Amino acid sequence: MRAFNYTRADSPAAASQAAQVEGAKFIAGGTNLLDLMKLDIETPAHLIDVNHLGLDQIEATPEGGLRIGALVRNTDLAADARVRKDYALLSRALLAGASGQLRNMATTAGNLLQRTRCPYFYDTHQACNKRNPGSGCSAIGGVTRQLAVIGVSDACIATHPSDMAIAMRALDAQIETVRPDGSTRSIPMADLHQLPGNTPHIETSLMPGEFITAVTLPAPVGGTHIYHKVRDRSSYAFALVSVGLILQEDGTGRVAVGGIAPKPWRVEAAEALLPKGAKAVSERLLEGATPTDDNHFKLTLVERTLASVLAQARETA
Amino acid sequence: MTISRRNFLILGAVTATAFAMPPFISLKAYAASLEQPAMSKITLQVNGKPRELEVDTRTTLLDALRENLHLTGTKKGCDHGQCGACTVIADGRRINSCLTLAVMHDGSEVTTIEGLGMPDKLHPMQAAFIKHDGYQCGYCTPGQICSAVAVLKEIRDGIPSHVSPSLTEPPQLIAAELQERMSGNICRCGAYSNIIEAITEVAEVPA
Repeated sequence: MRAFNYTRADSPAAASQAAQVEGAKFIAGGTNLLDLMKLDIETPAHLIDVNHLGLDQIEATPEGGLRIGALVRNTDLAADARVRKDYALLSRALLAGASGQLRNMATTAGNLLQRTRCPYFYDTHQACNKRNPGSGCSAIGGVTRQLAVIGVSDACIATHPSDMAIAMRALDAQIETVRPDGSTRSIPMADLHQLPGNTPHIETSLMPGEFITAVTLPAPVGGTHIYHKVRDRSSYAFALVSVGLILQEDGTGRVAVGGIAPKPWRVEAAEALLPKGAKAVSERLLEGATPTDDNHFKLTLVERTLASVLAQARETA
Repeated sequence: MTISRRNFLILGAVTATAFAMPPFISLKAYAASLEQPAMSKITLQVNGKPRELEVDTRTTLLDALRENLHLTGTKKGCDHGQCGACTVIADGRRINSCLTLAVMHDGSEVTTIEGLGMPDKLHPMQAAFIKHDGYQCGYCTPGQICSAVAVLKEIRDGIPSHVSPSLTEPPQLIAAELQERMSGNICRCGAYSNIIEAITEVAEVPA
């Protein structure tokens, strides 16, 4: 690991200002960043510890929703009584991810900003446009079973690995930030993650130094919440495909899918087809998909997982 | 142009190590991260005792425990958060000590396997692992035991898991819950079934 300076920030605005320095990075749970630093994939010269800013609370909003501090640990968010009751999809998605030890460390904002687990991103001897812009993509033409089938480009076919982000997308979360000049803004979850295009190293719409302070959930939407993750072992593995579903009694609902794209994949026009069943929804959701021979199975797997989840939701309701 | 000591060191180091540079790391990123090691003084409460130490900021909590404090019960397996051998309890929660920096824990309370119990006074979980033969080579065992002690507290605290049938009912003390919650601790000898028996025995004794 390369040497770095370490400082503890004393306010979100100060953290954002400090992060303008070249080579600066925020560290919260550290579970992804330190892993990447050991592998020389991330090489920050300055680490700004944001663990002591008091951003670890979950508060009710005047609109009837929840404001989740950026530093709320994954375990605490999944276990919060209000989340378990009104946003079960979020609890379930969190509990499907990582291990108990990692969830105790990992934070809400850090989970959103975690990097891909594409093996070519992790291997510094391979070309990767995300890790080294312009170097090419060894994944294309390589072993792609785990990789993305939609939203990809000729420069990158990596997936976003988060389970939590799938639930946040289905729940229409808003990302609250502060920028180095002290101004704040709110970014819809749909706009946080960027598709790779020609710039796969630019993964989010955050500006340099911009710091996430909270994630806000709108008032509960009701319905039956199910998160189903299909993976190679029954625990502690990344998704091949995951489906997050909120189904209302009248048959309408929301669907977000993980494991298939560079960002949580939700297509509102596909959701509108929910009363017609899994086949209609998944066909529309996956329109324009460009799978490889290795990961073509994900198209079928999305439809079958959605069918299974819809059947389960109707049974539960 | 005046060359500051820091810039000089960066330039000097880049020149000296140019041939050793890993491929696909941009020169800019490489140069930005180069500096003399930064040192930091911290205090950890380890197994109930305050321990002051001066560490390179790069030192993980795991390395601080093993190399600086010579508490070698905590093991380094994968060093990437995949195996759980380094599990310790920090401020009441089990964590992977390999994926956190010692400087981030300045002021924290850390419990390692040595703090749970020693040969002359075993923790009930240690005794149960021995009774049920919950290991073969023993390398993952300190992590398994720290994890298991924390798992029982998590269940008592009502924290749900992936296999809990209901999010609103308290989780049950059953094998399926223990298996899911212990999935971050890998045992390559495959002592899993005996580990679950050991944890189950401890769980059945009221805390």
